[in-house]
Amino acid sequence: MDLRWSSAEEAFRGEARGWLEANVPRGLPSGDTRAGFAAHLDWERALHAARWAVVSWPREYGGREATLWEWLIFEEEYYRAGAPQRVTQNGIFLLAPALFEFGTPPQRDRYLPRMAAAEELWCQGWSEPGAGSDLAAVRSSAVRDAAGGGWRLSGQKTWTTRGAFCTHLFGLFRTDPAAERQGRRHSGLTYFLVPLDAPGVTVRGFPRLDGDEGFADVFFDEVFVPDSDVLGAVDQGWQVAMATAGSERGLTLRSPGRFTASADRLLDLYRERPSAALRDLVVQSWIDAQAYRMFTLQQVTRLADGKPSGPEASLTKLMWSELDVRLHETALALLGPEGEVDGPWTRGFLFSLAGPIYAGTNEIQRNVVAERLLGLPRDPRR
Amino acid sequence: MRFELSDEAAALRDAAAGLLAAEVTPAVIRAGWPGGDGGLAGGGLANEGLADEGLANGGLANGGLAGAVWRKLAGLGAVGTLVPAEHGGLGLDENSLVPLLEEIGRSGLPGPAVETIAVAAPLLPRPDILAGDTLVAVRHGDLIPFGQVAGLIVARDGDSMLSFGRNDLDLIPLAAVDGSRMLARVVPAARPAHGGTVLTDDPAVTAAVWQRGVLGTSALLIGLARRMLELTVGYVKQREQFGVPVGSFQAVKHTLASALVAVEFARPMVLAAAWAQAVGAADAGRHTSAAKVLATDAAQLVARTAIQCHGALGYTTEYELHLFAKRVWALAAAWGDPAAHRALIADSLGVADG
Repeated sequence: MDLRWSSAEEAFRGEARGWLEANVPRGLPSGDTRAGFAAHLDWERALHAARWAVVSWPREYGGREATLWEWLIFEEEYYRAGAPQRVTQNGIFLLAPALFEFGTPPQRDRYLPRMAAAEELWCQGWSEPGAGSDLAAVRSSAVRDAAGGGWRLSGQKTWTTRGAFCTHLFGLFRTDPAAERQGRRHSGLTYFLVPLDAPGVTVRGFPRLDGDEGFADVFFDEVFVPDSDVLGAVDQGWQVAMATAGSERGLTLRSPGRFTASADRLLDLYRERPSAALRDLVVQSWIDAQAYRMFTLQQVTRLADGKPSGPEASLTKLMWSELDVRLHETALALLGPEGEVDGPWTRGFLFSLAGPIYAGTNEIQRNVVAERLLGLPRDPRR
Repeated sequence: MRFELSDEAAALRDAAAGLLAAEVTPAVIRAGWPGGDGGLAGGGLANEGLADEGLANGGLANGGLAGAVWRKLAGLGAVGTLVPAEHGGLGLDENSLVPLLEEIGRSGLPGPAVETIAVAAPLLPRPDILAGDTLVAVRHGDLIPFGQVAGLIVARDGDSMLSFGRNDLDLIPLAAVDGSRMLARVVPAARPAHGGTVLTDDPAVTAAVWQRGVLGTSALLIGLARRMLELTVGYVKQREQFGVPVGSFQAVKHTLASALVAVEFARPMVLAAAWAQAVGAADAGRHTSAAKVLATDAAQLVARTAIQCHGALGYTTEYELHLFAKRVWALAAAWGDPAAHRALIADSLGVADG
């Protein structure tokens, strides 16, 4: 055990803190609105120009080859500084790990630099009207276009975060319907990379719980995608998607810095509005954020040693998503009647309610924990 | 930055876990109760008589089952974990103490493990204590857990730690929810035979010793929680209703998954608090309080979940689950309950009370 940062890591922190303090913009409109999204892109490009957009990536793609530890430090400083939400996150945190693992060199060279620079903006095309927690139920299909050297995509994706503002989509489409008919529903899916300006794509934005146009339906009508934009092998999309799912549930989206910073702001809110009846809840939120930090340090030690993240990612997701809801509920309780006024805590509360749903609902995560960590039998109905 | 047990901490843990798995049978745990039957006869809460009977019946007395395991554990050097090598100990620190106490908690071994290993031995590395022949209790107000069986009693008096012989205090044995705690009450009116032997009057040492008691109790709670979860998972996999194992129902799976989340969430904080104590970090007290809150809440959740998932079997004293659950209920309030530790954290964070 050694819970101290090295002098090199402290120097990295100092550099990140100095740059963020000098450059973080204040008062940006929500990144889940059309105007706010554009303002956030300016911020993303400033991050990229200073090599802070994708710190853990190789230098050739715009990163600084930061270790996992340095990435955690950067995230702590990012949220401590109150920097804006990352509207590029679905690309840099969800697609990029799959590209690094499964992409061909030309795919990596073509997509990663522009993703890092926020020139191309990616959304995730997984959910469909009939496929949420049961992702393997996707109906959207891709039919072979041998003459064109590619595929024709048809169907509908939905609840696509920031789909109305993005330029590209990564998603799962069924390429072998026979496999599903034979009961192999996880086979015969393929992972495609699709520009949203391709002929046959229609995007319709619609509001999320907070009223912002942060969701979209994406319709595909025989959209042509060349073979070069298949990620991983044809019919092996499930394996590629699961590698990405591990990232989404686990560490990469939710560093503890976000929650320790929120807990510190909750303490500030309590100092402005002390309430003896709520003090224990405020302290418990601080404890929970610290506990999540310690859990993460333990997990990162394992990952840094090259051990796989595995089903423990489901524990991580349950922890951060549920502590985030509790923390914001506590903030609203402190605000009392002011809590219904539109403001950062109210918006944060609405946003926190998405956490237990996306990236695999917490019910699915509890199934994973019960079956794969505790060794309990599978549900007899499945 | 490295969040991982040292090789020496893992080696001590593994040695202790192996010994405890082989030696601490349910019979050994039950022998630690008054009457030696783990609350089977006459009900766990019946007051079984006087201190001498408690001693005679207790499995911790010379020749008792648990006492024999204690001496074997001491043979590994475990009692002297924190004692410098020149005084006959292992010369390790809190990073090794926590995994050891977690395994002792998990085993259910009766006896004052935290009091003897974490609190007393570093202050008083006597050969009889390091050998496991003398167990040490710690006084909390009028109550002394293990006061019926301890050979020595340590008490905090402000910035000092004092020790008393068992016969220096006038003790009444008490029936308690966990009979193996061998609880005693100090007769308030009676004066001790002498003022106690000063073990230390250094405020920093006294504070550190007390923090170690809190830390060690947190580790015991994590171990108890793990054991109850193991028992319950084993049970729901084999218990069938409606033609299938009850552990295949989502209502059961989800409640057990939540219990595991609580344990896995609490455990790193206990290890982090150990590290903070070992290096004398400025926020060691705050992390120790956080560890006690998280470990207590997790263990109480697991105890409740475990009893529920066992159905009526969990509501008996014939089955072994109650031996662990009752210890959790006793330890929840020991060394500061969650409310007290949240208040300490609030003070240290500058969050005033309304």
